[in-house]
Amino acid sequence: MNNNNGFPKKHPLSVQLDLTKFEPLTEDEKRQQDIMSTPTTFFKDGMRKLFKNPLAVISIIILLLIAVTIIVAPVIVPYKYSEIISVNGVRDKTAKNLAPFTYSEKEQAYREAGGKVFPHIFGTDAMSRDYFIRVVYGTRVSLLVGLVASALVLVIGLIYGSIAGYVGGKTDLIMMRIVDIIYSLPDMLIIILLSVVLDQVLGGLSIGILSKLGTNLISIFIVFGLLYWVGEARLVRGQILTIKKNEYVLAARAIGAKPGRIIRKHILPNCISVIIISTALQIPSAIFTESFLSFVGLGVQAPMPSLGSLANAAREGLQSFPFKLVFPALIICLIVLSFNLLGDGLRDAFDPKLRK
Amino acid sequence: MKTKNLLEVKNLKQYFPIKTGLFKTKPLKAVDDVSFTVGHGETLGLVGESGCGKTTVGRSLLHLYEPTGGEILFNGCKVTKKTIGSLRREMQMVFQDPYSSLNPRMTVEDIIGEPFDVHKLYSGRKERREKILSLMELVGLNAEHATRYAHEFSGGQRQRIGIARALAVNPKFIVCDEPVSALDVSIQAQIINMFEDLQAKLGVAYLFIAHDLLVVHHISNRIAVMYLGKIVEISDSDALKTNPMHPYTQSLLSAIPIPDPKTARSRRRIVPEGDVPSPLNVPEGCAFQTRCRRVSQKCTQSCPPLCDKGNGHLVACWHA
Ligand SMILES: Nc1ncnc2c1ncn2[C@@H]1O[C@H](COP(=O)(O)OP(=O)(O)OP(=O)(O)O)[C@@H](O)[C@H]1O
Ligand SMILES: [Mg+2]
Repeated sequence: MNNNNGFPKKHPLSVQLDLTKFEPLTEDEKRQQDIMSTPTTFFKDGMRKLFKNPLAVISIIILLLIAVTIIVAPVIVPYKYSEIISVNGVRDKTAKNLAPFTYSEKEQAYREAGGKVFPHIFGTDAMSRDYFIRVVYGTRVSLLVGLVASALVLVIGLIYGSIAGYVGGKTDLIMMRIVDIIYSLPDMLIIILLSVVLDQVLGGLSIGILSKLGTNLISIFIVFGLLYWVGEARLVRGQILTIKKNEYVLAARAIGAKPGRIIRKHILPNCISVIIISTALQIPSAIFTESFLSFVGLGVQAPMPSLGSLANAAREGLQSFPFKLVFPALIICLIVLSFNLLGDGLRDAFDPKLRK
Repeated sequence: MKTKNLLEVKNLKQYFPIKTGLFKTKPLKAVDDVSFTVGHGETLGLVGESGCGKTTVGRSLLHLYEPTGGEILFNGCKVTKKTIGSLRREMQMVFQDPYSSLNPRMTVEDIIGEPFDVHKLYSGRKERREKILSLMELVGLNAEHATRYAHEFSGGQRQRIGIARALAVNPKFIVCDEPVSALDVSIQAQIINMFEDLQAKLGVAYLFIAHDLLVVHHISNRIAVMYLGKIVEISDSDALKTNPMHPYTQSLLSAIPIPDPKTARSRRRIVPEGDVPSPLNVPEGCAFQTRCRRVSQKCTQSCPPLCDKGNGHLVACWHA
């Protein structure tokens, strides 16, 4: 080597480095190298693993069933969540607290006269409203709260955590101390206080969608977004700090890639799975908080049901009509359990550290 | 413009602040006052035991860390935050760990093509693909592997991918940070030979970092020996092997296994006493004093400078 540069030629020093000692690959061996498994992307690989996990598959099926039901049911079922059942255009106040699949006297009479009455799948509530449709709307509200609140948490946490993690230094120090302070607040107390205060503040405004959703719902979003992003921010920051240490990030900097490109191409793709998983696990916790708030009467406003407020209402007649507590409670359990199992399944499938 | 030396490093210092108390920090002198040069198309080997600051030297050269002090001249141009942008196409790096130096979410094609994307070095998809394939051929990778992910490759193949990425911008100088120490011996030979072939073909200069003196001696024209953040000896690689002047170099050389048992028995092994001091507590005076068998009063008082002992053989020792 290097003879052309006038540097002294070196005799090969060690047997270790003598290429002539190595045999070239035979054609057969070369072919073996070519028959590597087909290239799989990380995503495909993870999905395959996810669908091999029976618990995850069951929870996906349950969630899909629930989703289809809450979308389709209001179209099919002829009752409204806020309206007293009416028979032949006349309000039927006797249809109180019916058991599932039973009819009130008026309905019975109407049916015998040849009319058609849609069955009360879950019975009716104390105000003669169809309970099934109320549970369906309650599930809608709970899921909406879960999804929107988690999305909010995700966005705030992702941005905050990325900045703290990538910039580092003093910025990171200050940003994370703020997180620590928020983290140390007693969250339930703050949630209750905030939702009372926000209810008043937002009550004054009644703009389009706000008034439709009800101020309570909005304040739940805000409360949740304000309090729970800290966990997400910590997670994202930790992820970015570990990924930043990898030599491929340094390599990208050595190539001359700008910070934007490095975050987009190198850092986020490598922590996105962890973030998705934590969001999936965040959803049930949001649903749970909303149910709790509604249960203590700080949640969704009166005619609009949520699973928590339904459960609360069911407490009154618990001895005589236990089914009214069973339905919303069962659905909360199903949703929370499914999201948790799905989150666990996602983590097993996508977290490379747990790979075998 | 062509200067005598491609790269000139003067008094490079790289300190890392280490927290020792709530508000107290202490500088960890990972690289302290290091000067050397690399000629055009030359290979300078850099050896030293683990933690002596070799990687840090390489990274500071490429401004991956902001140097605490000193000056780096590349082709006469001072390397600073401002100039480094354009110098990224002249200086590249091959990393120590073939596993963490490739992004697991990118295909081989995208990893090798990233320098092209960043510097916009192609006019269409076809040209990009052609450039990538020719690079893959250059480093001995199979063109069919372009669409695969890095995790599907062995360590040697991964290191080839890393080398192709470094070569993409056609640099004049590459820092090779222990490119073979993570590989097993048979693969090491292949990769080392490839580095030599590439140098013959492309005329690129290397700073070749390793902790194995044997590997470095094989590939380098000159060798610099580092100890605790300082260069203790630089010389022509053969002169260093036959006539090591610094006690630390002597002990490194005596630790190399010799294939012939007769010479091996007759040779005296010089084992440095004790452990390497923590880089946070480098002793005053000569850094090697705690382990040196020739230590004297003078060594504990002042740090010996690098002195020329003839023929460009520089040694930092009061007794050499
Ligand atoms: N970013 C950093 N922050 C703080 N200390 C660092 C940093 N990088 C390196 N160091 C310290 O600097 C010293 C030199 O590290 P360096 O990685 O350069 O050693 P090295 O010679 O490359 O070792 P090896 O052979 O193990 O790769 C070590 O003591 C290390 O702990
Ligand atoms: Mg190193």
